[in-house]
Amino acid sequence: MFQYYLKLSLKSLRRNPILSALMVTAIALGIGACMTILTVNYVMSSDPIPHKSDKLFYVQLDSWDPYQPAREPNDPPDQITWTDATNLMQEKAAFRQAAMASSNGVIEPADQDSKPYLASMRLTYSDFFSMFDVPFLYGSAWDAAADEQEQLVAVISKATNDRNFGGENSVGQTLRVAGENFRIVGVVDDWQPVPRFYDVTTGAFDDTEEVYLPLALKMPLELPSSGNVNCWKEPDGDGFIAFLQSECVNYQMWVELPSDADKQRYMDFLDNYANQQKALGRFPRPLNNKLSDVMQWMEYNNVVNDDAEVMLWLSFMFLAVCLLNTIGLLLAKFSTKASEIGLRRAVGASRGDLFRQHLVETAMIGLAGGLAGLGLAWLGLRGIEAIFGEFVSKMVHMDTNMIIVALALALVSSILAGLYPTWRACNIAPAGQLKSQ
Amino acid sequence: MLTMTDIKKVFRTDVVETHALRDFNLQVDEGEFVAVTGPSGSGKTTFLNIAGLLETFDGGIYQLDGEDVSHFNDKQRSRMRNEKIGFIFQSFNLIPDLDLFDNVDVPLRYRGFNSAERKRRIEQSLETVGLANRMKHLPAQLSGGQQQRVAIARALAGEPRFLLADEPTGNLDSQMATSVMELLKSINDTGTTIIMVTHDPQLAAEAKRNIQVRDGRVSEVDNVMPLKAATA
Repeated sequence: MFQYYLKLSLKSLRRNPILSALMVTAIALGIGACMTILTVNYVMSSDPIPHKSDKLFYVQLDSWDPYQPAREPNDPPDQITWTDATNLMQEKAAFRQAAMASSNGVIEPADQDSKPYLASMRLTYSDFFSMFDVPFLYGSAWDAAADEQEQLVAVISKATNDRNFGGENSVGQTLRVAGENFRIVGVVDDWQPVPRFYDVTTGAFDDTEEVYLPLALKMPLELPSSGNVNCWKEPDGDGFIAFLQSECVNYQMWVELPSDADKQRYMDFLDNYANQQKALGRFPRPLNNKLSDVMQWMEYNNVVNDDAEVMLWLSFMFLAVCLLNTIGLLLAKFSTKASEIGLRRAVGASRGDLFRQHLVETAMIGLAGGLAGLGLAWLGLRGIEAIFGEFVSKMVHMDTNMIIVALALALVSSILAGLYPTWRACNIAPAGQLKSQ
Repeated sequence: MLTMTDIKKVFRTDVVETHALRDFNLQVDEGEFVAVTGPSGSGKTTFLNIAGLLETFDGGIYQLDGEDVSHFNDKQRSRMRNEKIGFIFQSFNLIPDLDLFDNVDVPLRYRGFNSAERKRRIEQSLETVGLANRMKHLPAQLSGGQQQRVAIARALAGEPRFLLADEPTGNLDSQMATSVMELLKSINDTGTTIIMVTHDPQLAAEAKRNIQVRDGRVSEVDNVMPLKAATA
């Protein structure tokens, strides 16, 4: 019977093409608006490293002002100090660990015809690459010895490699950055976690960096700080070193802890470390250290902000309005079929038969609306990209999951919208329709 | 075969109650061709709708083919209509965007026949009404008389025991009406019981039995032809 219902539905849609087109358009508009916003929210809230997001932990140490918390109600600061970053790295208490900071420096291309340009940099440790599964096009990460010996080594992005070396394997070659010659040890392939979870302090949807250098070089090369720097008291003195050794926070710290026991051990380690620092006159607040896994850290930082959630609800309300319109149109459509429904009842169709037939018809309308809605969603996402530019380009792509969600949403919502008109149609008194045709 | 005992039907609105049938009693035996006449508003069509299980009633007992249908649910009534009753309407009630084949197919779809059986029955019933060569035509491409023949083919395709016809020639000119009436008589000759509501006394006279409905009651019965066709 399903095939028969499909055939009847197609005929019915062709019988009132304008009414059918209006219904498909109403559903398409609702689905299009909904899916546009839903896609942005979905990408913003997706797990950027699903296979190990529950094993990667962001470290927060409460080194803040004794008289007020870094963040209400009683949260530690979002970043840690240089002192703490280097101390924690020296201890090597986790399976993998990487302190990091954003920076920038001028790249002087070897090609004399190319102008120097300012590049974004991430200063970090060798574990960064293995911990976050960074893919390599050429070479690999630097090793732990390079961190310890403050070697002038660099990993560069694919774009940087394309720009400076024409896309050739540049491993072993020299790149002049921030006035120093660095030996390239690896070229990162296309890599753009969304959100860029490892540093959400400067923007969860920013591009990954163009150059990666050992954080240990920050002090000897006096590499500048970028990103957010927050201080609860003035540095003790002037100059780069004094600032570096101050209580200002500018560094992120991630650790990889494969098991719950590892996590507990690391937490104990952090508390012991904080107590040691207290003994040295630091950490004036009560113990308040935190470990957050990737998704907890995204949520804590409101990566999906409130505006986006409000927009999502508004888009669902718009879908509801479109569905209400669809209900009206379906009522009109089914009322024109009253005599046919009466006839079918007379020749033996039960209410159940007619209910199923008309549900198939509304599902077909929903499916058509869903497909058209996908097209509108694509246009909507391109519109968002055109308005907000590169900033949102990583958020405006629909994947297979979202396409399935769009079609399912269209199907379910159209069937829901069709329930009342279908119920009405099935309860048409046949006798009244057969005489009056 | 069809027995109605003290059937009552009342249509109610906020301000008025209309007694369409009151103490309606009738027995129709197998193979009869019964013409039902009566003035407008006398209850003829209400009787036919109740007889065809298209409408419920408010009192009395209705037995159809040996079964008391008074308490049948929707599914049981639908099945009974589908298997035992064929309808012929004044305005044909063909579905305009289905061709003749698909129009005749409508009741068979709800019967659960396979496609070969449906095809056989459709071709046979269209053959019976003389339209086998026009299966792929749409109703609008036929004359009124031909459309009514398609409606008769649709009613016959399920091989029903009853044919209920409501003014089957009301929309036809006299020549076509005569042709349709001849067709109905030939169907009755094969043993199918027919109950036909009509305004036309000449048409009614061609039935084997006439009843008149007045004020919701069977007021007059003549031409009684007991069980003749059943034994034919």
